[in-house]
Amino acid sequence: MTLVTATKRSAQGAPGADGGRRPVDHGAWFLVLPALIPILVLSVGPLLYGILLAFTDAQSGRTRSTQWIGTLNFQDLLHDTLFWESFRIGLVWAVGVTVPQFLLALGLALLLNQDLKLRWLARALAIIPWAMPEVVVGVMWRLVYSPDAGVLNETLRDLGLGDGRDWLSGLGTALPAVIVVGVWAGMPQTTVALLAGLQNTPRELHEAAAMDGAGAWRRFRTVTWPALRPVAFAITALNFIWNFNSFALVYVLTSGGPGGRTRLPMLFAYEEAFRYGQFGYAAAMGCVMVALISVLLALFLVGRLRGGDDT
Amino acid sequence: MRTSTGGRIGQYAALLAYLVFLALPFLWLVSIAFKSPRELGSLHPTWFPQEPTLDNFRQAFDEQPLLRAAGNSLLAALGAALIAVLIATPLAYVMARHRTRLAKAATGWVVVSQAFPLVLVIIPLFLVLKNLGLINSLPGLVLVYVVWALPFSLWMLVGYVRAVPAELEEAAAVDGAGRLRTLVSVTAPLLAPGIVATALFAFITAWNEFFFALVLLKTPEKQTLPVVLTHFIGAEGVADLGPLAAAAFLATLPSLVVFAIIQRRITGGMLTGAVKS
Repeated sequence: MTLVTATKRSAQGAPGADGGRRPVDHGAWFLVLPALIPILVLSVGPLLYGILLAFTDAQSGRTRSTQWIGTLNFQDLLHDTLFWESFRIGLVWAVGVTVPQFLLALGLALLLNQDLKLRWLARALAIIPWAMPEVVVGVMWRLVYSPDAGVLNETLRDLGLGDGRDWLSGLGTALPAVIVVGVWAGMPQTTVALLAGLQNTPRELHEAAAMDGAGAWRRFRTVTWPALRPVAFAITALNFIWNFNSFALVYVLTSGGPGGRTRLPMLFAYEEAFRYGQFGYAAAMGCVMVALISVLLALFLVGRLRGGDDT
Repeated sequence: MRTSTGGRIGQYAALLAYLVFLALPFLWLVSIAFKSPRELGSLHPTWFPQEPTLDNFRQAFDEQPLLRAAGNSLLAALGAALIAVLIATPLAYVMARHRTRLAKAATGWVVVSQAFPLVLVIIPLFLVLKNLGLINSLPGLVLVYVVWALPFSLWMLVGYVRAVPAELEEAAAVDGAGRLRTLVSVTAPLLAPGIVATALFAFITAWNEFFFALVLLKTPEKQTLPVVLTHFIGAEGVADLGPLAAAAFLATLPSLVVFAIIQRRITGGMLTGAVKS
């Protein structure tokens, strides 16, 4: 029961008993407005304005006024093969990061849920990718991938597996190389979320299942996974969106190169808006990104609802 | 639960692999930061600096205005964290305690705001801030960071409020305490650790932020640490590795320290928020 219903009821039940009705609802407005106004002015407002801009020819640093051009930006986008290529890259990147991220994080969470000696060390290390600025993560992996001074090439040389490649400049290697970085950077959050989910599953269920002679895989399937599923779906959906919309990591690693092979949609939109000043066109890209991601997520969630009846 | 010896060995092998994957890139960054130019030029890099030196740090400070950039980052992050928490806490309280339409709308906004690509918000914001003369200014950046930090601040704080038993407030109300008294003397003290954790998390997120800072800050005097870091990487992507590593290492330290302190509280707050709503 909440405070407001409690006081309302007491006020209705015994009028005047507590010195008259408390200004509950007015009080709530005072609590809400300080956050609501900035949200409306600086978040919801710009968002709607951004959608409007998508239907104009807005450009940066132009003196004559902006014209309403209807769906022209969207028609242009339809034929912009570079945009669709970046969209495809964005999807490959988002799936390529989200799926291994989830599987690795699940493995690590299961390990950390056991009584292992080095558990504390793994928890401590997991802070590093989580707390690091994305720019630094990018810089760091540039050093790892570096053709001469990089530890990756040196290790491969030591193992006799090739001789100094420039991973981030290779047409074929750039996207996989940045995907590895994305996985590394986002694994800790996913691990912690899954670990918390694991710790919410009652231990007794595991023990009962073990006593019934269920093996590790069966215990996972019948006890662990059903309890974990809501958390797992939520974190996967969020990771997918975040990864699809990510910017800083790849900007620092490759700036979208070589030859646009790692140009994620956000990098493309950033260039259109702030390098070429095409605000209207970039806003239209943003709209298309939201729309298509929403459709994909809706499909995902429908699949989730069909897959089970929990939550 | 028992695990067989073979299973145990497998588990430790897997854990070791994870430790290596998590730790090695960072160790490499630290190692390069302390290597001498001669060592960095060597074709066969070693794991540990043979002749550790602080030259890279000195050079990093010479090449780029790192101190000023750190000061800018500090101001932007502090301002954003304080304001965000100050205005988010009351709303989070209402969201957690009252099932009003407004609270539901706010929750919906928190979720939806995660899905929007930043570019769709930054273009109009850029135009608005430009008209207000707030482009290339820290106050403008703080404004943007506050709004950016609000969703996750609300999310965490709602979790913390829910963790404070409503019965305590009801008891205080029964004892005749007014709404404000109840909030200040009963709820706020119990909420304080959560508020601090949320503020620190908002601080780190702003300290680490790159995209908004890149778009809004034009001149080097105004730029924050992440933006200045990218100046070490030249136009052709050629980087001066030693100073770059040194500066990157320094830029990470504050986040790592703060994060190490609050990590448990953050995960606790985010998860109670996530699980209970």
